[in-house]
Amino acid sequence: MLSVTDLHARYGRIPILNGIRLEVAAGEFVGVLGHNGMGKTTLLKALMGFVPAQRGRILFDGVDVTHEPPYARARRGLGYVPQGREIFPGLSVRDNLRMGFVGRGTEERVDAILQMFPRLIPLLDRRGGTLSGGEQQLLAIARCLAGHPKVILFDEPTEGIQPSIIEELVAVLRRLHRTEALTIVLVEQNLEFIAELAQRVLLIQKGAILRELEPEELRQAGVLSEFVGV
Amino acid sequence: MDLAAVLTFEILNGVATLVLISVGLAIIFGMMRVINLAHGEFLMLGGYAAIVATNHGVNIWVAMLLVAPLVVGVIGVIAERLIIRVLYGRMIDTLLATWGLSLFFIGIVTTIFGNTVAGIGAPLGSLGVGRYTISLYRLVLIGIAAAILAVIFVALRRTRLGLIARGTMENPNMAAALGVSPPRVYATTFGVGAALTGLAGGLLAPISGVLPTVGAAYVAKAFITVISGGTAILAGTAAASSLFGSINQLLTYFTTPVIGEAGLLAAAILLLRALPHGITGKLFRGSL
Repeated sequence: MLSVTDLHARYGRIPILNGIRLEVAAGEFVGVLGHNGMGKTTLLKALMGFVPAQRGRILFDGVDVTHEPPYARARRGLGYVPQGREIFPGLSVRDNLRMGFVGRGTEERVDAILQMFPRLIPLLDRRGGTLSGGEQQLLAIARCLAGHPKVILFDEPTEGIQPSIIEELVAVLRRLHRTEALTIVLVEQNLEFIAELAQRVLLIQKGAILRELEPEELRQAGVLSEFVGV
Repeated sequence: MDLAAVLTFEILNGVATLVLISVGLAIIFGMMRVINLAHGEFLMLGGYAAIVATNHGVNIWVAMLLVAPLVVGVIGVIAERLIIRVLYGRMIDTLLATWGLSLFFIGIVTTIFGNTVAGIGAPLGSLGVGRYTISLYRLVLIGIAAAILAVIFVALRRTRLGLIARGTMENPNMAAALGVSPPRVYATTFGVGAALTGLAGGLLAPISGVLPTVGAAYVAKAFITVISGGTAILAGTAAASSLFGSINQLLTYFTTPVIGEAGLLAAAILLLRALPHGITGKLFRGSL
């Protein structure tokens, strides 16, 4: 579904990604773990096309998208839930959801999406910017789903979210993966969250995939202190 | 009673004129944060387009309402594609580039038409109000200005394209991540803003006449209105136009046009001193 070969990217003169190799099969749930500044967020931005690839190749669903702009990748079915949610603050919750499908030209399915996120129903007419962090995170996921993505890239969805909502997020992501058969790439620092959900975990260090772990290994203190710094 | 009716008409006429000359700028500056110093020249080009079309036998209403916005809209899209597009986020560079564009338009129009006033006769006649008469054409302009605001409101609030435009202006990267092409939205928005400015130029041509440098007479008032209006494109433009149009017309009626213009400027200075973020930075917050 997603195949990344020798991906290099940089901010100005500072190299951030140094030869990333990544294979994600259809229906897989892959976690990416690493220190701050190791390139996790940049990896997702490069996959979406927000950071240009200096070298390497990104294949999505068999098509080379390495030099396509973000909107073209989104239309192919690459979904993105960014760090910080990036809700449209001046648009209502309903319009935030509608933005999820109008850009991709898919059919309107706000009602269907809301069945998965009943917490958003009473908030439909409120502005996105007035929602709590947790509500915004649910809205960001719902908005992404509105466009029928084949793969969703999640960037630290638990950041700044209260524990009760994190439990809801776990349930939502698990349902998306199992019931909707979505392919998911999750970048996280919350070890419990990633261990709970991911089928395999990739450790990223200095812009390269250093090692692949089973989720159970995340609970081994030695591994974590060596590679993640916890 | 007659005087009150005529004064009301004059005030509405002043408000409508400000709405017409400002609304295109409000869209381009308000939604895209592009300071278009060629705004006055877009008005001028709309005026010439209407005049040339009318002189070539096109019906005057078709010339003003269709030809002028179409010509300037196309020029706007070309300018966005060739110049503005590479300067997004670089406000000073955009300012200089659009200034250059305005000089280019003035130069080329002067070369073609000469530095003389061109004009067309205002359609429709006049209406008697007691001892006074008012221009029916100006009455129509008031209706057109109101209709433009209403159409923009409905387009932004109720249509798919309006939603895409609002979302893209709030967060272009996120819009792109949802499949929206920001370059296409920018080109469309700039084109629509330019077309509305051309429409205003066409509609005002029968009243004020047109010459290559006429843009300078409009651009300052348009910027004052848009900046004083604040972040909300429609509510800001309507509120600032109402305030400044009323002050300008009342002072003009009771004193002279020069004092009317000075009063408008003084009101803008006082307003921005009291409300640095414009009217909609304090009032009508959250409106379009």
